[in-house]
Amino acid sequence: METTSFLPVLILISSLIPGVLILLLREEQVALRTSLNLFGAFAKVAMVAWAFFGYMRGETYDFIFSLAPDLTFALRLDALGLFFAALSSVLWLITTVYAIGYLDKGPHQNRFFAFFSLCVTASTGIALSGNVITFFIFYEFLTLSTYPLVVHKGTDDAVAAGRTYLWYTIGGGTVLFLGVVGLYVVAGPIYFGQTEIIAGLISEFPTQLSILFFLILTGLGVKAAIFPLHGWLPTSMVAPAPVSALLHAVAVVKAGAFGIVRLVYDVYGVGIAEEMNYLAVLAVFAAFTIIYGSVRALYQDDFKKRLAFSTVSQVSYIALGVAIPGALSSTGAIVHLVHQGIMKITMFFAAGNVAETYGYKKISQLNGMGRRMPLTMGAFTIAVFGMIGVPPAAGFISKWYLGLGAVEAGSYWVILVLLVSSALNAAYFLPIVYRAWFCEPEQEEVPRLRPGRLETQALMLIPVVVTGLLSLAAGVFAAVAGSPLSIAREIAEKLYLL
Amino acid sequence: MTDLPTSPYPALLVGLPVMMAILSLFFRPRGKAFLGLIGCLLTAVLAIFAFVEVTQLGTVIHRLGGWEPPLGILLRMDALAAVFIGMTALVGALISLYAWRYFDAQDTSTDGFPLFWPLWLFLWAGLNGLFLSNDLFNLFVTLEVIGISAVALAVLSGKAGALVSGLRYLLAAITGSMSYLFGVALIYGSTGTLDLEMLGQVLEAGPATTFALLVMTLGLMIKMAGFPFHFWLPPAHSNSLAPVSALLSALVVKGAFYILLRLWMEVFGVSLTYAAGQLIGVAGAIAVIWGSWQAFMQTSLKLIVAHSSVAQLGYLLMVFPLLILPSGVSAASADWLSPAWTASVYQVLSHAFAKASFFLSAGIIVMAVGHDRIESLRDLVGHMRMTALAIGLAGVSLIGLPPSGGFMGKWMLLKGIFLSGQWWWAPVVLVGSLLTAGYIFMLLRLAFAPTGEKEPFQPVPKRLEVFALLLAVSSFLIVLPADYLIQFLEGSEVFGSGIETVLKGGAYGNN
Amino acid sequence: MEIYQIYSMTSAVLFVIGMGGVFMSKHFIKKIIATIIMGGGVFLAFVSFAQRDALSFADPVPHALVITGIVVAVASAAFALALARRIFQLTGEESFTNDK
Repeated sequence: METTSFLPVLILISSLIPGVLILLLREEQVALRTSLNLFGAFAKVAMVAWAFFGYMRGETYDFIFSLAPDLTFALRLDALGLFFAALSSVLWLITTVYAIGYLDKGPHQNRFFAFFSLCVTASTGIALSGNVITFFIFYEFLTLSTYPLVVHKGTDDAVAAGRTYLWYTIGGGTVLFLGVVGLYVVAGPIYFGQTEIIAGLISEFPTQLSILFFLILTGLGVKAAIFPLHGWLPTSMVAPAPVSALLHAVAVVKAGAFGIVRLVYDVYGVGIAEEMNYLAVLAVFAAFTIIYGSVRALYQDDFKKRLAFSTVSQVSYIALGVAIPGALSSTGAIVHLVHQGIMKITMFFAAGNVAETYGYKKISQLNGMGRRMPLTMGAFTIAVFGMIGVPPAAGFISKWYLGLGAVEAGSYWVILVLLVSSALNAAYFLPIVYRAWFCEPEQEEVPRLRPGRLETQALMLIPVVVTGLLSLAAGVFAAVAGSPLSIAREIAEKLYLL
Repeated sequence: MTDLPTSPYPALLVGLPVMMAILSLFFRPRGKAFLGLIGCLLTAVLAIFAFVEVTQLGTVIHRLGGWEPPLGILLRMDALAAVFIGMTALVGALISLYAWRYFDAQDTSTDGFPLFWPLWLFLWAGLNGLFLSNDLFNLFVTLEVIGISAVALAVLSGKAGALVSGLRYLLAAITGSMSYLFGVALIYGSTGTLDLEMLGQVLEAGPATTFALLVMTLGLMIKMAGFPFHFWLPPAHSNSLAPVSALLSALVVKGAFYILLRLWMEVFGVSLTYAAGQLIGVAGAIAVIWGSWQAFMQTSLKLIVAHSSVAQLGYLLMVFPLLILPSGVSAASADWLSPAWTASVYQVLSHAFAKASFFLSAGIIVMAVGHDRIESLRDLVGHMRMTALAIGLAGVSLIGLPPSGGFMGKWMLLKGIFLSGQWWWAPVVLVGSLLTAGYIFMLLRLAFAPTGEKEPFQPVPKRLEVFALLLAVSSFLIVLPADYLIQFLEGSEVFGSGIETVLKGGAYGNN
Repeated sequence: MEIYQIYSMTSAVLFVIGMGGVFMSKHFIKKIIATIIMGGGVFLAFVSFAQRDALSFADPVPHALVITGIVVAVASAAFALALARRIFQLTGEESFTNDK
């Protein structure tokens, strides 16, 4: 805490400044807007990489600004935060490219890209937060910056979805606020990693601290879409594809999941959370959500809605991994933050490509799509296998570690949950793959909404291929140093050594 | 008291706006407006200088005409006064700049409402005088100056609706003042002094003091539209011209709160009981819920904003129960006192900026669409980005989401609530926030909605939008100096003797 | 009972009557008169307190305060009357209705 570094601030500013500037631009200044966007996105990736290597060399980056007595705005780069920051910055870059292609000549692009940048600022801020209050500030900031994106289309549907989204998130935010203030009053300002504070107080204030844990967990559970707080997610599918992609893969749901990881590992500590049976409660809700989300996904014909319910299910893997004590399951949870992100963003890109190129939004319309859009559907198929957990795709690694962790902890019922969920994953994803590759299209010639030499616009095609390959690579090269898995394992091992 | 450094600023802060107001009366409409704006800007600059001086010298005083109290009038500018004066300067200057352009764009038949300027300068002088007053009677006089000029501003449009609500406002103001003055008489009768600081030391508990506390609190509650005396506020604030609504809600009601805070903290320590604190807190809590609910039910933009003021003022009242110490607790060990009263200051600041911005934005929308039913907001985002953003930001500050000034206020208020163990106020704060979110997002939802059946937007001067947005942004920027500001407030002699008196109250308090 | 006590009590009674009138009547002029009665009560209270501590002469400060107070009260009342008159000219109304 001795030296102040402005690197974390610069990482935030790299998306904040473009966001604010774009808000001031005129709609016609396309070139300037695009360059601002890409410059910010590249700068952020570069700085996060720089910070990552610095951190590996053992440097620390802290930024502290006192807002009020006991109320400190603190940014700090630790392994977990950097991991999440890397995920958001890389996926932001890819999604920005995608969004530029997707929204090509659409209305209100300034507003879209401005809030898009602010949303990523919030999500990076969540990653870099050094204490509970800073986390809360960015958590609420995220709610506010995503709202204009959800209602971007301005249709009645979109506005209604925005209302649902706000009621859930503002409600959750209020509960979280109560919990955070309570935690401050009971335990004082807590920086992430100072688990000894709660450990020292737990015998004195067991009831208060338990209530506060569950208040905070509820607040986070809304964004993480844990049953019964998941209702906003499927309805907010009316948003444009890049928004759904980023919302589901990185920003909102991950903010909740990441918050749960922080809460258990860096605020209360695994020891306390296990001892007080918090983890058992979390495990039950997570397991139920996994099954529930999958079952609901089975019945959706709307492509994006099926993906949305799948997200509900998949994000709870992270919560489940956190809820099972042990380094192995923690590795599974942390690595799934990244794996689920890459896989789900691929799927949403693919759904967006289909919808934008052919106007198809239902799964029943996807017959023969593999021949029309081989690259898009190919990437989608890789992601599907990952989600189901077929080796060597990324999802397999996550599930493998979760399973190992469950065995290690003696929670054999978790294995059952994983198996059932994988079967359900296959049941709702494979029909899509089957239709795409093995069914004859219903009509021979369908007019394309976006003409061009490639199967769709290049700016929309490249991102989906890249993320598709990434989700394969994350699995295949999992054993290589520097892979998401290796980093996740290091983080988890450090946690349990402490 | 007499060994405090003397400064000319307190006298200038009251004298300059009065002189400019009188001077402007001799000119034609255009000249009035021009002189008025100059006067406003000069006063604002002066206030900033005065603020800086207090940060350097600590509390400063000024003896008017060189006379010593009790015969002469002594003005005292301590940290609390400096913060309120600084707030008035910033908010006032931005509203003045807006008003200049706003009145310029009005019908020529109105001459641009030239009387706005002298009245607003009188009001400003009254506010500065109130913040600087050091005795009960001066406070009464400044309250009256504020009350009369505020009502005159409220009826400036001359429309029947404004006149009726203005008369209602005036009668409430007179009743409040008279009630307050009755308390002053009782206190003078029992102590023979009106000096705030001296009263803090000599006032003794007894039926006369309790009765004085009662009528003075009652009078000030009427003036600051505390529940159940809030009835006059929504019509008065919603029927006036946009810059006037902004002034009334951002600044005028805060004057009465300022006196109430000073009286409870500095003077009445001996008579305060736990029950009295709870009672005023309950009034505040009801105001928060009821005001927010009413705002939620309105269909006209300005009425929503006006009802929201009732709720936001309720938060201020909820601070009072926290300021009373249970018996046996010393002020030094009561770690919730400082977050509680600084919370109220932050609530005042953020509400001033946010609500001013809100009313100015409402004025812009009325100008563009011609009415202020909430449907007028439809597709605002598509046509007037800056105003939409201003409403969004001001709204977020009112809800109290981070990182706004409103968040700072709510954070410290909740902290004070939990530390004091009076946890039952916490749900009120949160439910109030949720209800506020309800009506704010109802507005934002419309702003994003595509055009339905409604009048098209007429072009509006860009500069108006800029000033409204600046105020909204300021309601966020005030978070940055929070640490400094809170230390400034706590480090000064504000309530220096007051905390002691509160302590004494703890000993007397028969809870 | 001493004279100043009679004054004090009268002042309290006047104050209460005035306040009741302000809240209970709806007619503009009645309300304005009620505030004037309140004012009368308050000023009487000040004057009654001028005789304190069995001094042989009256305390001058309350008198100074009362004069200021009366000036302010007259100005307010005049302003209120002007408003009431203008409302009557514009709308013909002479009392508050609940819907406004």
